[in-house]
Amino acid sequence: MATVQVSEAEKVYILHGIRDDLRVDGRGCEDYRHMEIETDVVSNTDGSAKVTLGHTAVLVGIKADIGKPRPLVPNEGYLEFFVDCSANATPEFEGRGGEELGTELSNTLYKVFNNKHSVDLKSLCICPGEHCWVLYVDVLLLQCDGNLYDAISIAIKAALFNTKIPRVRISTDEEGGKEIELSDDPYDCMRLNVENVPCIVTLCKVGHRHVVDATLQEKACSVASLIISVTHKGTVTCTRKVGGGSLDSESIFEMTELHHSCFTLSESIHLLSRPGSGWSSTST
Amino acid sequence: MAVDMRLPTIRKTVSLSVAAFDRKDLVVPGDVITSDTGFMRGHGTYVDEDKLTASVAGEVQRVDKLICVRPLKTRFNGEVGDVVVGRITEVQQKRWKVETNSRLDSVLLLSSVNLPGGELRRRSAEDELTMREYLQEGDLISAEVQSVFSDGALSLHTRSLKYGKLGQGVLVQLSPSLIKRQKTHFHNLPCGASIILGNNGFVWLYPTPGQQEEEAGGFYTSLEPVSLSDREVISRLRNCLLALSAHKVLLYDTSVLYCYESSLQHQVKDILKPEVMEEIVLLTQQKLLEQEG
Repeated sequence: MATVQVSEAEKVYILHGIRDDLRVDGRGCEDYRHMEIETDVVSNTDGSAKVTLGHTAVLVGIKADIGKPRPLVPNEGYLEFFVDCSANATPEFEGRGGEELGTELSNTLYKVFNNKHSVDLKSLCICPGEHCWVLYVDVLLLQCDGNLYDAISIAIKAALFNTKIPRVRISTDEEGGKEIELSDDPYDCMRLNVENVPCIVTLCKVGHRHVVDATLQEKACSVASLIISVTHKGTVTCTRKVGGGSLDSESIFEMTELHHSCFTLSESIHLLSRPGSGWSSTST
Repeated sequence: MAVDMRLPTIRKTVSLSVAAFDRKDLVVPGDVITSDTGFMRGHGTYVDEDKLTASVAGEVQRVDKLICVRPLKTRFNGEVGDVVVGRITEVQQKRWKVETNSRLDSVLLLSSVNLPGGELRRRSAEDELTMREYLQEGDLISAEVQSVFSDGALSLHTRSLKYGKLGQGVLVQLSPSLIKRQKTHFHNLPCGASIILGNNGFVWLYPTPGQQEEEAGGFYTSLEPVSLSDREVISRLRNCLLALSAHKVLLYDTSVLYCYESSLQHQVKDILKPEVMEEIVLLTQQKLLEQEG
């Protein structure tokens, strides 16, 4: 993650502020920064979304390709994640500097989506055992100002909602070989049901309290964070602990309680992504 | 818990000045300033086929026969006497390297800082070894530019009691061209906080110190918790500064104060919403215009 230097006195100021529930920018410990979501930004993808969370900006593009299904699950499609930390975000990511962070983020995304309920993988099947849709999810970090996991998960949910997969027909020709035909109508496509796509909530432990949506300065004062991906029904799909500090079991319990109340975040995105929602700002 | 989500809109900068066109001579790179060969070319210009052309985006300044273009967005170009707020990046032999948002890191020599107790003596080898006890990597200081090296790097000094290591507070990083040059850059605002408007764009907000801390002279940083009311004032000021800089308003103590007063009707965390920012900046600009004319 991009790092900023903070002096000892600034750390003390931030710590005391979080203890009194008043962060540097006036937010409480459970408030998110101003968020803006836009879908359908990249024209040559099947689905895309751009999310700006404070100064963090993330762009996600999804391309659907026909591939061979995995041997253990022949009647399901799958998702492939790739996170690119571009040097646009911070000079630390120049060259191969952003690779480590990118692999860490992709691995977490694989874990988050590695279950039967998030995305209906059976709907991505074309011909069991032979052809299926593979969704390549490419995440591009444009600006880095803390809280990457949350922004990326929201962008992926919005991009999946925006994805239009063309309908295909399987026909057998004379020799018995299968032929895949795309329909002529460009608007004839299948949409994904993103109701159960989870959203990631990151809680950073600063001092004795935890904050949601930490900025880079607050991250510099925290020792550990807990990442939980949760759906709008409250189901948890993945938990991870990041950072060198330790969390004792009581604080993990407290943070999980907080995460459960944060699944309303997932709900509000769900409301926003309903078709026909225009200019709407939801606050919970 | 509050989550505010929306679709993006096109941002428009708030501008009240009607006569903006004839007031400033704005050019972009490639614009021809003049075809007259009698002028001397200054910074930000070059000669292209006998025509004086701008190489940066900014306003044209004419002083007698000298034409130069002052860029609107640039790194900090320091001059002697500027007050800067900087962060220590390195501790070297007999000097510290300070990051001040300029092209090169500025230099703070060991001989340019005050020794504890105010003694005046030659710096010894022991002083060199205990440099890190005074200023470490990551510490913030306020200093004044003493001189400019030939390569453009600034040499700073903290030889007055008002400069030195900064304690608890909030740093806001803005563009240097938005800070107005004034007689003094240290202000104790009536709303209950103090501000240092560094010429390099770094603005430091801190709680107004009490009487007894004046004697320490920059060596003692208090780590006592700051009261909640002071914190609120500082957070509000920080958000106001960000709002003003987003709409390119010149920053000085009066404009910051007017913005603070206009923002009192909103909650601190709401100030950074685009429509609230526009409203506050509009009110501030109106007040400033009233005050001037």
